[in-house]
Amino acid sequence: MEEQLNAILSSYEKRRDNLIPILQQVQEEFGYLPEDAMLKVARAIGMPESRVYAVATFYTMFRFTPMGKNRITICRGTACHVRGATRILEEVEQKLGIKEGETSEDLEYTLETAACIGCCALAPCIMINDDVQAKLTPKKVEEFFGKEKKHEVQ
Amino acid sequence: MKFSDIKKSAEDEWHALQQGNVPLIVIGAATCGRSAGALGVKKTFEEEFQNRGIQAEIVEVGCLGPCYAEPLVNIIKPGGPNILYKNVTGKIAVELVENYIVNDNPLPEYALGTLGDSKVDGIPVLMETPFFKSQARELFRNSGFIDPTNINHYIANGGYSGLAKALEMEPAKVVEEIKASGLRGRGGGGFPTGMKWEFCFNAPGDEKYVICNADEGDPGAFMDRSLLESDPHALIEGMTIAGYTIGAGKGYIYCRAEYPLAVKRLRNAIAQSKEKGFLGENILGGKFNFDLEVFLGAGAFVCGEETALIASIEGGRGMPRHRPPFPAQSGLRGKPTLLNNVKTYSYVPKIINRGADWFAGIGTEKSKGTAVFALTGKVTNCGLIEVPMGISLREIIYDIGGGVSDGGEFKAVQTGGPSGGCLPASHLDTPIDYDSLRAAGSIMGSGGMVVMDQGTCMVDVARYFLDFTQKETCGECVPCRLGTKQMLNILEEITEGKGKPEDVDQLVEMGEAIKKASLCGLGQTAPNPVLTTIRYFREEYDAHIQNRSCPALLCKELISFRIIPEKCTGCMICARACPTDAITGEKKQVHVIDQSKCIRCGVCLEKCPKNFLAVECIAGQLSEGEQ
Repeated sequence: MEEQLNAILSSYEKRRDNLIPILQQVQEEFGYLPEDAMLKVARAIGMPESRVYAVATFYTMFRFTPMGKNRITICRGTACHVRGATRILEEVEQKLGIKEGETSEDLEYTLETAACIGCCALAPCIMINDDVQAKLTPKKVEEFFGKEKKHEVQ
Repeated sequence: MKFSDIKKSAEDEWHALQQGNVPLIVIGAATCGRSAGALGVKKTFEEEFQNRGIQAEIVEVGCLGPCYAEPLVNIIKPGGPNILYKNVTGKIAVELVENYIVNDNPLPEYALGTLGDSKVDGIPVLMETPFFKSQARELFRNSGFIDPTNINHYIANGGYSGLAKALEMEPAKVVEEIKASGLRGRGGGGFPTGMKWEFCFNAPGDEKYVICNADEGDPGAFMDRSLLESDPHALIEGMTIAGYTIGAGKGYIYCRAEYPLAVKRLRNAIAQSKEKGFLGENILGGKFNFDLEVFLGAGAFVCGEETALIASIEGGRGMPRHRPPFPAQSGLRGKPTLLNNVKTYSYVPKIINRGADWFAGIGTEKSKGTAVFALTGKVTNCGLIEVPMGISLREIIYDIGGGVSDGGEFKAVQTGGPSGGCLPASHLDTPIDYDSLRAAGSIMGSGGMVVMDQGTCMVDVARYFLDFTQKETCGECVPCRLGTKQMLNILEEITEGKGKPEDVDQLVEMGEAIKKASLCGLGQTAPNPVLTTIRYFREEYDAHIQNRSCPALLCKELISFRIIPEKCTGCMICARACPTDAITGEKKQVHVIDQSKCIRCGVCLEKCPKNFLAVECIAGQLSEGEQ
């Protein structure tokens, strides 16, 4: 971790302004913000640790626990909401056996929701890693996540 | 190189592409097109051309607007018409190559329309079809036509001419021009843009900043994303003109990290713009220096508020502060700062290029120009539309949008996202402008427009928006932090069937207080969805509270499922599917739902075969044993 952190820190001027971009890079590298990394960032840019933590916890993008291999994001935007996103979220939660904000024990999946992913015309939609899946139905949820579940049961 | 030379060579490249001697395939590949499968379609075309040994040019463009018809593909054969095809799949792509590119049958059944002067039998002219006819695509003029990764396409279509012209004007003259155009901020508030520019222009100081708010966070709005993905140079040019005008040397684009494609396109466009000498030092050979940087937002809705956004760029928690001083006097790092929305800046090059009168000639007396909406929800033609200000909600929803989808009945239209309101059918003739929408209790907002039908519960919609604002409140001021939480609790109780008769009055009282007492726009507008739904849909609140019933059949605690004895054939399908074993009844005997066990998941309704339709969902709570 030391080495990757140093590489990130050396590519930025050690200014308070750069705190958010640095944290974003750290998360990009590790998938979340490890406590040790935040401590090191605080020391490097000369900010109190409490402030770094305060900033990191303010923004929804930052995570403090490791991510699953696959990141599932359910859009909860207005268009998705009126077209049944709540039902989709329930179905995915049931299929994966985890709730919103959780990661499965085998670190296969992390389930998140987003305020809006901006594909409102194709609602309801979800993102599986970086790909948007449009016009979701409980049947499509079954196709995406059902098999995995069956596999585990066997 | 002189601007006229740059323009000439860009135009040559553009015309060579449009009038080339090989077929040109133009694929809409913004995020929406991609999620509908555009990249797979592109691959199919490439493979088909390779297998058949056909020479062709394939270009990815941005978004043309009719999202319901994605993926969209234009085909232009040498010397032939420009035909736009809708909902193109891999299979249709193969057919188009076989029938149209190789032979000469344009397959009108797959076409959405023709573009330009082309006319083809059996295919309508695109701009005369209902979706496009009432639109005025000025801001989105290039979107869906030019390759957003190629600066020459932008230049050939009038791009950077506004900058070249502005650099020859006195900055004060540019301010005058923006003021005369009547442009108002497109981020939601509608503050006169020219005045904002004038404040910054007059503010003393050598160091000033230009910031663009591209942190589009309203759920149900995606027009900024679309514009950034389809025509990123318009924003860059607008911001550069702003920098020149107010005397700033540095600009920031604060963009959502959730928009990876938009960020990529922006960064690419900034690099190209620098290379051509439109950004950086000695812009277009003059003395003006200006640099732009993309700053990735880390996910906080409150950063749409200008002082919160500035705090975020400074590396802090994105919390708003008291104004004055306004950012125009003391903004980023305490320096005078000009802050506008993506659309506001993107209008600027066109206003400079074509003159203030052109812009002021579109729209109404107090709301000039065009309005952009993301038309979504229960509407037939979902999409991104641009209309002249003053057009009615009815024209947008019924003429452009094609009415309510799936034969539904119109109930409400929501504009302005969590800061806006829901307007009923009696307000469909409200003209779209800042002041009329505000008078009706809603706001123009950044441009989300969500259509709702009889299946949308208005109490649930109010609860949904409050849930959003309550999660997004930054926690700084008490009315917003605690007030939204209390309002949300009441709304949750109502939707769970625990509403009390005094609840509605209490919601109104708290809502009014939160509007008056909150520090920033988030809190000041958060009660709007609740207040408008109470104002226009009071009977739904009463049904939830007094009758314990949800007329839209959505709130689970306030609906029931029952089996219609005359229709039930006793096939056991529903009984086997029921997750709580609430359905009893032997084979070939009428089944019964035990209301005390039923969790109202609706599986029985879904599973009951279409030729029986023996399960129905009704409003209200059936008591135990009741059928």
